[in-house]
Amino acid sequence: MKRSSKHFLLGAVAAISAATYFMPTPATAAWEPTRPVEFIIPAGTGGGADQMARTIQGIVTKHNLMKQPMVVINKSGGAGGEGFLDVKGSKGNPHKIIITLSNLFTTPMATGIPFNWKDLTPVAMLALDEFNLWVNTDKPFKTAKEFIDAAKTANGTFKMAGTGSKQEDQIITEAIQKATGAKFIYIPERGGGAVAVQLVGNHVESTVNNPIEAVAHWKGGKLRPLCFFDSKRVTYKEVVAEGKSWADIPTCKEQGLDIVYLMLRGIFMSPGATKEQVDFYVGLFRKVRDTPEWKKLMEDGAFNTTFMTGDAFTKWVAAEEKRHEELMKAAGFMAK
Amino acid sequence: MEELANLFHGFAVVLQPFNILVMVIGILLGVIIGVLPGLGGANGVAILLPLTFSMSPTSAIIMLSCIYWGALFGGAITSVLFNIPGEPWSVATTFDGYPMAQQGKAGEALTAAFTSSFVGALFAVIMITLVAPLVAKFALEFGPAEKFGVYFLAFCSFVGMSKEPPAKTVASMMIGFALGAVGLDQMTGQLRLTFGITELLIGFDFLIAVIGLFGIGEILLTMEEGLSFKGRSAMINLRVVIQTWKELPRYWMTSLRSCLIGCWMGVTPAGATPASFMSYGIAKRVSKRGHNFGNGEIEGVVAPETAAHAAGTSALLPMLALGVPGSPTAAVLLGGLLIWGLQPGPMLFIEQKDFVWGLIASMYLGNVVGLIIVLTCVPLFAAILRIPFSIIAPIILVLCAIGAYSVHNSTFDVVMMLVFGVAGYLLKKCNYPLAPLVLAIVLGDKAEESFRQSLLASQGSLSIFWSNGLVGTIMALGLIALFWPMIQAGWSMLMPVKKGTRQE
Repeated sequence: MKRSSKHFLLGAVAAISAATYFMPTPATAAWEPTRPVEFIIPAGTGGGADQMARTIQGIVTKHNLMKQPMVVINKSGGAGGEGFLDVKGSKGNPHKIIITLSNLFTTPMATGIPFNWKDLTPVAMLALDEFNLWVNTDKPFKTAKEFIDAAKTANGTFKMAGTGSKQEDQIITEAIQKATGAKFIYIPERGGGAVAVQLVGNHVESTVNNPIEAVAHWKGGKLRPLCFFDSKRVTYKEVVAEGKSWADIPTCKEQGLDIVYLMLRGIFMSPGATKEQVDFYVGLFRKVRDTPEWKKLMEDGAFNTTFMTGDAFTKWVAAEEKRHEELMKAAGFMAK
Repeated sequence: MEELANLFHGFAVVLQPFNILVMVIGILLGVIIGVLPGLGGANGVAILLPLTFSMSPTSAIIMLSCIYWGALFGGAITSVLFNIPGEPWSVATTFDGYPMAQQGKAGEALTAAFTSSFVGALFAVIMITLVAPLVAKFALEFGPAEKFGVYFLAFCSFVGMSKEPPAKTVASMMIGFALGAVGLDQMTGQLRLTFGITELLIGFDFLIAVIGLFGIGEILLTMEEGLSFKGRSAMINLRVVIQTWKELPRYWMTSLRSCLIGCWMGVTPAGATPASFMSYGIAKRVSKRGHNFGNGEIEGVVAPETAAHAAGTSALLPMLALGVPGSPTAAVLLGGLLIWGLQPGPMLFIEQKDFVWGLIASMYLGNVVGLIIVLTCVPLFAAILRIPFSIIAPIILVLCAIGAYSVHNSTFDVVMMLVFGVAGYLLKKCNYPLAPLVLAIVLGDKAEESFRQSLLASQGSLSIFWSNGLVGTIMALGLIALFWPMIQAGWSMLMPVKKGTRQE
């Protein structure tokens, strides 16, 4: 079977190179996809990464940004390990890209699967996703301070729901416990949507959902964001709910909870990609970022719209990996 | 009655010629998707999603939800004809549907399945129309403990109902739990039972197990038994539909009960699979002909199909109202909503009235159109059994392999499917029932997850399962279902048995 797949690969490579060879080459000699592009999501349906990837697919299709179709595939098994290993194993296939969340770092650290982000080819940082501290509007908490004080008084009975185990939500929860001394019972759920609904149903006291995951419930008057885990306020001024805009929500730091955590929404592609191939996708995502649909998504989800490519992006990811390693070690989440 | 006015407005939107065309195309595509095992509704909707980007959101959602209805209808076809459930919730349909087909009653079984699907879905849509806000609120009551209660009830109503010795049922279920535990442990983020094999990271997908255990296993059995399908004498004209319809009203009680179970399971995000198993289990207990379930009872087709479709339909409600999909297909539909710039959640019913009521109206019409299409095709489907085994078996094998491959695009899964096939054959030869194994694979890890979430929340105290009226009631129902045979025995000892009510 190995042999036949090798043959197939060789054949495919030959076909592609032949196709590119015979294609009328424009002056720039740019590379373009010759087959449908698989867009892997290392997370389940309905979560933040899924929403973003499906929006991108819609934008690419609607504005005809690519001649070949883009196919979105969820590979969420093993906390996203399924998706990462799939792309890692597609060396030399330029028709496979993947969107990341923090599990790019946390999954290999917590499970010990043979994967590191250096196995992939970095393409671009699309945005950084914010995190909020959310509470139910039935509860009296109006500020992060009130909430943390109540959590301390409750003496370890407050429950915090989050996505997955030993991933970003639990890392933030650990950080809150360390910074304040308040203790929480962390309850892992499968996805960000389910986490928000547990809070709406008052089964837990708080969550650290991404803005986009819970904004509908804020608009519906059920949930309330207390603060952003960022170093400065976001700049979206349009009123969302309760007469407030995202810009009116303070940072947690302003409220005495000095924790900053942002999550990478970046694009990587399979190993062994050439510069022309990376350049194509960088160009594609630049065009995506210029569309009104993308701008609306950024505003709805209060995203930090930093864009990075090339060496700057690679350096940023390396620093972020180191930070996660420290956070995971401190929390005792590393695989033995 | 503002809802009714809204609904009629919705009908006006849906009844445009273009939307009706879209509806028929959607149903046809859906039936094809449902028939191919592995290529379930979720995959199908995901693949076809880009087709709809050029349409208005309302036309697009009509098309996608019709694919969904079509897939729900189509899932029953392979279950009845070849004992291969294309979807998790079709497993219970095979228990009586396949024996019926073997007795030459494939047409009757299909008609019963389709009609029950329609009844279940219709009931759920009516419920959505009338009590949507109320129901959405009910769904919020379900925390981890309540969810575990529901899974517990599903297992309890199923245990002890198979003809095989209880020890074998338990053994089979335990194998299922063990297989279900493979992969990442959601609660601790650790890998379990993978033995360092990266392919096992994602665990055993239910579909691969089912395609192997049922599909491949059945082909092996048929080969041993003389290379031909039974039931070739199936009636292949439309009269069979009318005849079956005459019989169906007798089972109104089963239908109604299954509708209620289905709606309940669909709204609380437990889903169609526990609904179908639970409904089958309870029907077997309660029905006068329950002792004959598993030998080709039409009631054994009615119960799971009605419940599965009531659940599948009502699963759309939490998706629209809360943004939490009740089924994988609903999750993909949710993705579609987002692409069109519609944010699901409590505001959707207020901000996007046209869209929501157009969707609800399309549920009514889509189901009617779907029923007409699939019923007219019943003779065609039943005629498939007349094709010689030597031709159809390779086709089924290829379809099974494609199906298994398409779940994760992995050849490892195709090998696993064959392993499951041989295992299924051996288990059947040794009289181990397969259904409990399948039930445990599907629901085992979810039940475990809710159980451990509950215990985390209560800090290890089991009293959380009796901590409020809702969860207490569900758990009590579960215990009653579990000990039903003993309760029944005790009852008949106390009360003099009426003549003729019990045949055994």
